[in-house]
Amino acid sequence: MSDTTLSHPATAARPDAGQRASRDLLRRGRLKPAEIVFWLATAASFFLLPDRHLLLSEIVILGLFALSLDLIIGYAGVVSLGHGAFFGLGAYVAGLVSVHLTGEPLTGLILAALAAGILGLATGPLLLLRASDLTRLMVTLGVAMLLLEAANRAAWLTGGADGLQGVTINPLLGRFEFDLFGTTAYAYCLIVTFALFLLARRVVTSPYGLSLLAIRDNALRARSMGIPVGPRILGIYAFSALIAGVAGALLTQTTMFVSLDVLAFHRSADVLLVLVLGGVGYLYGGLIGAIAFKLLQDWFSAITPQYWMFWMGLVLMVIVLIGRDNLNALPRTLMRRLRREDRA
Amino acid sequence: MQRRNLLLGAILVASTALAGMPALAAGDPFKIGLILPMTGPFASTGRQIEAAARLYMAQNGDEVAGRKVELIVKDDASVADTTKRLAQELIVRDKVGVIAGFGLTPLAMATAPLATRAKVPAVVMAAATSSITEQSPYVVRTSYTTPQVTSKIAEWAAGQGMKKVVTVVSDYGPGLDAEKTFVAVFGAAGGEVTETLRVPLQNPDFSPFLQKVADAKPDAIFAFVPSGVGAQFMKQFVERGLDKTGVKLLADGGITDDDILNGMGDPALAAITGFHYSAAHDSELNKKFVADFASANDGMRPNFMAVGGYDGMHAIYAALEKTGGDSSGDALIAAMKGLAWESPRGPISIDPETRDIVQNVYLRRVERQGDQLWNIEFETFEAVKDPGKTGS
Repeated sequence: MSDTTLSHPATAARPDAGQRASRDLLRRGRLKPAEIVFWLATAASFFLLPDRHLLLSEIVILGLFALSLDLIIGYAGVVSLGHGAFFGLGAYVAGLVSVHLTGEPLTGLILAALAAGILGLATGPLLLLRASDLTRLMVTLGVAMLLLEAANRAAWLTGGADGLQGVTINPLLGRFEFDLFGTTAYAYCLIVTFALFLLARRVVTSPYGLSLLAIRDNALRARSMGIPVGPRILGIYAFSALIAGVAGALLTQTTMFVSLDVLAFHRSADVLLVLVLGGVGYLYGGLIGAIAFKLLQDWFSAITPQYWMFWMGLVLMVIVLIGRDNLNALPRTLMRRLRREDRA
Repeated sequence: MQRRNLLLGAILVASTALAGMPALAAGDPFKIGLILPMTGPFASTGRQIEAAARLYMAQNGDEVAGRKVELIVKDDASVADTTKRLAQELIVRDKVGVIAGFGLTPLAMATAPLATRAKVPAVVMAAATSSITEQSPYVVRTSYTTPQVTSKIAEWAAGQGMKKVVTVVSDYGPGLDAEKTFVAVFGAAGGEVTETLRVPLQNPDFSPFLQKVADAKPDAIFAFVPSGVGAQFMKQFVERGLDKTGVKLLADGGITDDDILNGMGDPALAAITGFHYSAAHDSELNKKFVADFASANDGMRPNFMAVGGYDGMHAIYAALEKTGGDSSGDALIAAMKGLAWESPRGPISIDPETRDIVQNVYLRRVERQGDQLWNIEFETFEAVKDPGKTGS
């Protein structure tokens, strides 16, 4: 199928180039051994750490949220300081669905995803008006702040500062109740995250994903090659918003509570931090960053509830300085190091 | 063969003895999970409550009814889902007998359903929205409620012959609660609230609102703002010369928070506040509390958060004493209902019906004594119940 689409006249003149591209895509699409090990280890955590399921669910949700941000930053080069808007919208939609419509979790999840995706489609064009990073930071931040204030105002709908009351989620698939130990919650989060990860992976290793990379590296050149820059960016932005919405919905459904906090600025800032920590542009950055971030936080705050932020900040600075990296180079050095460790 | 049987028998005995251990409740430590905002904008709440809880344990020992009491402190940075996750972990992993703390209303609201499900008492030591105790039959409050205090300020104002009042509140849950209560109670007492002004919670600048107040020329202004920005509010109040024009400043006591009162300087002298606790409360118990608190914490003065934490610990200790060491949630809650004792703030009790606190509300003015500012109580409303509850 991809072969036929690729062999339009321009590439037919140089068949080897088209073949090379499709072979390259196929190679990128294959799961690598390290990736299989990563997911096996994740699955094993479910059985090996039965009393940490609550924390693990939180990690997976943050990881999925960071993954959604990676799609736009790492693959399309669109920076955002307001990704929390989609996360928060997803969280509220899932909460409202359970209060007013049905406690069935999958319905809430899908509706939350759609709502966030639509918001992404609606606000995406704002990013295209002025394609500079600073403008985009401002616009995304603005959207998130507008949403926060709207939720604060609409207290009749959202419960305002007190939080939305009465969120109850029915057993998953009618059989698995969300228990106190967080076991069902963790399994649910893991499966949803894995499924969305596979989908995201499919998207970025498709010809579409390749065109995004071209846009990221040089938008002007991509345009002159005939890539429709605007629609492509809009597409990935909406997809990323949709995933962020799912992450928000997972948070609401597993904690059975939602308050204004899901829309707060620190969500957007944290997720960016997590992503930078793990590295952008290879999808695993968000997940690895979330694991490192949450475990460090949990560990430090258990030792010193009052001053853990100081140690956290110190460690983050050391990591970034030792990596002596900017946003783009971090994943490469990390991967290089990982590979070196693999060989050793 | 015989030896093997012996060995088997010994192992059996040993294992049943080991398995039987947890059943001997008396030997088990009783754990209290204290979840507080220790970092972020509300860190002072956490600091005060933790210090007070530790002081209570230092004064009263760590053994109740033959059980050793352990305190586990967790920081939720006032993020509601973190509060809930920590509470859940404390219950399922650490097997705590009570969860306590809760700096803000949403944090308590998020955790209430969990208390019901796990049948673990939740002692609210800070959050002040009236409806929290209605969220779960396992919630007990030892702080105060906004309507409890505000209603008495409104009554007092009407009693003083004030006719026109303008309200200025921060635009968030507790602020709106206070506005609603004041308008209702003051109106019922024959007064009139001529204007209700709401100030954004983030980066407040009060001057345009205070100008509006000055133009309206009311008898008094009723203010409810979070304790941190209270200083700024009073400074601008005095800068505009409103205190000279005879406009009285009435406020919830959070505005002259004992923790930061000394830093506010003279503008604080303008305020007349209603509240349930002042570090200057005139009783032996309170003098000892303030002195011990200061010596244990580098001279820090306890505020209303600290007294909420101190009394919360008392409620837990007293309940455990009453049940004779039985730490099941139902027994503890039953024991807490109707508890009455002398607190540093005065006589208090837990309403057996609503599990909310019943306490005196005092009207105070700020006075300078030596080089320190204090909230001096001059009028007492005794045993005030929360008027926000349905049916009362």
